[in-house]
Amino acid sequence: MELFTNQVLAGIATGAIYACMALAVVMIYQAIDHLNFAQGEMAMFSTFISWQLMQWGIPYWWAFLMTLVISFAGGILIERLLFKPLAKAPILTNVAGFIALFAIVNSVAGLTWDFTIKQYPTPFGSSPFLGSQLISTHQAGMIGVTLLMLIGLYLFFQFTRIGLAMRAAAALPESARLVGINTSWMIALGWGMASAIGAVAGILIAPVVFLEPNMMGGVLVYGFAAAVLGGLTSPLGAVVGGFLVGVFENLAGTYIPGVGNELKLPIALALIITVLVFKPAGLFGRAIVKRV
Amino acid sequence: MSAAAEDVVTEAPAVEAVPKRAMTLGTGTSLVILAALLVVPMFVKNFIIFQMTMVMIYGLAVLALNILTGGSGQFSLGQSAFYAIGAYTSAVLMENANINYALTLPIAGLVSFAAGFLFGKPALRLSGIYLALATFALAVAMPQLLKLNFLEHWTGGVQGLVVTKPDAPFGLPMGQDMWLYYFTLAVTLAIYIGSINLLRSRSGRALMAIRDNEIAASAMGVDVALYKTLAFGVSAGITGIAGGLGAIAVQFVAPDGYTINLAISLFLGMVVGGVGWLPGSFIGAAFIIFVPNIAESINKGLSGAVFGVLLFIVIFLVPHGARQVAIVAQQLIGRLRK
Amino acid sequence: MTAMLNVKDLRAYYGQVQALHGLSFSLNEGSLTTLLGANGAGKTTTLRAICNMVRSTGAIEFEGAPLGSRSTESIVRLGIAHVPQGRGTFTTMTVEENLQLGAISRKDKAGIVSDIERMYAHFPVLKERYAQQAGTLSGGEQQMLAVARALMLRPRLMLLDEPSFGLAPLIVRDLFKILGKINREDKVTILVVEQNAQLALELADQAYVIETGRIVMSGNAKEIANNEDVRKSYLGY
Repeated sequence: MELFTNQVLAGIATGAIYACMALAVVMIYQAIDHLNFAQGEMAMFSTFISWQLMQWGIPYWWAFLMTLVISFAGGILIERLLFKPLAKAPILTNVAGFIALFAIVNSVAGLTWDFTIKQYPTPFGSSPFLGSQLISTHQAGMIGVTLLMLIGLYLFFQFTRIGLAMRAAAALPESARLVGINTSWMIALGWGMASAIGAVAGILIAPVVFLEPNMMGGVLVYGFAAAVLGGLTSPLGAVVGGFLVGVFENLAGTYIPGVGNELKLPIALALIITVLVFKPAGLFGRAIVKRV
Repeated sequence: MSAAAEDVVTEAPAVEAVPKRAMTLGTGTSLVILAALLVVPMFVKNFIIFQMTMVMIYGLAVLALNILTGGSGQFSLGQSAFYAIGAYTSAVLMENANINYALTLPIAGLVSFAAGFLFGKPALRLSGIYLALATFALAVAMPQLLKLNFLEHWTGGVQGLVVTKPDAPFGLPMGQDMWLYYFTLAVTLAIYIGSINLLRSRSGRALMAIRDNEIAASAMGVDVALYKTLAFGVSAGITGIAGGLGAIAVQFVAPDGYTINLAISLFLGMVVGGVGWLPGSFIGAAFIIFVPNIAESINKGLSGAVFGVLLFIVIFLVPHGARQVAIVAQQLIGRLRK
Repeated sequence: MTAMLNVKDLRAYYGQVQALHGLSFSLNEGSLTTLLGANGAGKTTTLRAICNMVRSTGAIEFEGAPLGSRSTESIVRLGIAHVPQGRGTFTTMTVEENLQLGAISRKDKAGIVSDIERMYAHFPVLKERYAQQAGTLSGGEQQMLAVARALMLRPRLMLLDEPSFGLAPLIVRDLFKILGKINREDKVTILVVEQNAQLALELADQAYVIETGRIVMSGNAKEIANNEDVRKSYLGY
């Protein structure tokens, strides 16, 4: 029983990573109704930018802020230049676009900063949190920041005019235009915000998984899975989903025989899909009623 | 009106319809291409013949994906798993049971069909992004499953198996590469013609009805569950045959040759060729085989970025894939005739 | 009287299919006009073309200035509110959020707040349900909400697409009374597309009848209502 509890707690700690990524995923989904496969790479690139700023002597929190601004602007720029032209193209073509973006970002990062692993600092230190062996102060910091972002997003969407406009544009684009909302810019804004959230995710994750161009591959998939599990329309679901995925992953690794590191991912995905078979809209998602 | 917690969605289909007439090339064009395919190998080097064979093999795999996505509207990122199953089936039968390479193909097809059908059943409840995740999981799992210890006796574990390339039969005066080319061409033609007939048949129409509007199709009496699962099976089966041919052409199978990258490449091949347009499968296959090499020759360090840029250029110019080019070409020819 | 809206030779297309074949009409400032016709005649298409929601050619002028190829949202911001077929209510948001959305393009916070109060005065049932999810309202209530949302724009022109659809006759009468009041008191020019010709003709000053993408009849609403031949041929009663 104690092993179980320990694994669950450890899972929640690693799950904070996925929760963070899942928030960015839900953010983009709210804006454009699909998942951006290049989001992990964009987060990785942002993290490298922050690292580079620190290499140039800029203190951690200034680098953090500057990276957020750069990521926000970068997200908008990418959407306007690369995906606005594809707005009328079929969805699958857009997906091919995400894949192309993935290849470009990964390759440029690799060339600019090479593939050697780099250490990345944490502002939270890495001593045991409140004396517990399972959660370090950094992981507690991750959970804290993720929850803060969640609250911030909630306040943004519920209580600001732009948040309301974005919700409207995502829910019913045509009706949104009929009240004067520029839905095209709402999409760009969504990309900017998702990019910034992704940057935060990358900056929080890098101290744990170390900074290198391929660091986000596995994390992104778990992030998607967590977002889907939580119900793609719910930021709260994304965070809960993230923690659950962390727990699933850990329990699968501990209790299912023969499951080494490599099979953890498919097993975790299989568990999530099983949940989806019973709750197709995810845990917190809204049931979609299809009309003919 | 409706209850609180529901969103009512009247969705446009995610996969657009290809009109039946436009599904293939015209008779004239087809004959010209066929003639070229028959004659060209006699004038080029072995390596080029090998590459043309690979284009056909990957083209078959993309065709299979086209039937699944363009035909029945189900999205799959897991084709690499079925390709691997077919490849390993052929390899194991050839090397461990000494079965003739040609006979291994139908078996590889059947085994993959079964795998696809079995996967398709639980996948029925999933669609869109959920199905994508499920097939993604399958693709990621496959290399690991192939490395499993208790299968090593058959699969050769991490190192895989070496496959013997067959000689031309009946003492025909041609090299191994050329024989394999014509053999693959025959198989490809058979499957291509069979697929077109399938999509034009009643079953094909049922599939496309499901793609365009599942609820309406079901209301019209189409057994949606059966057809969707069959589509998965057929698609997997064809991919398995392609995998078998691939194993023979490349002369070995190994777990890391069938990763998620293959699945993603096949998906890109489908988009570049034009979703649902069967002839485009081969154009897409050529893209995914040749363009990465071109990218690498342009700039080795940034080969991924160059590939991404080239891909973007293609999808900006022809968002609907090579089919768009074919339509434009057709219109031009039509105008020239007048 | 100045023309609020001037439409000249409007042709509209859905893909290769032409739905409007050279429509021309104009709306006087302060008028209440109804556009009548059978299903598929092109009434909805006309409204959509005014807001550039469908591919079209021809000249549309609003308050003397051509609309050109403006986007839908910028046309709306000029002061044209459009209540679409099916209402387009944001069903997952509250009644009050729907009203706020109606005014999302406005900058005068105080004005918006007082306008919301005015809407509650026009439509008391909305005030009762202000925090409820809009999707849980009845059909009639959602129609009131749609009209209120459109009014939050402080439009000078309001386009309504079949507001009576799916509503009980008594509720339609109430709705039309409110529309008349808005037209007279708030001085909003109104164009109502309707299949329910009888009620629409009682409400409107002017009427146009459209058939397969062309205007076949135009004139004073009372005269058209009293003209038995017209009623039988085009309006079915």
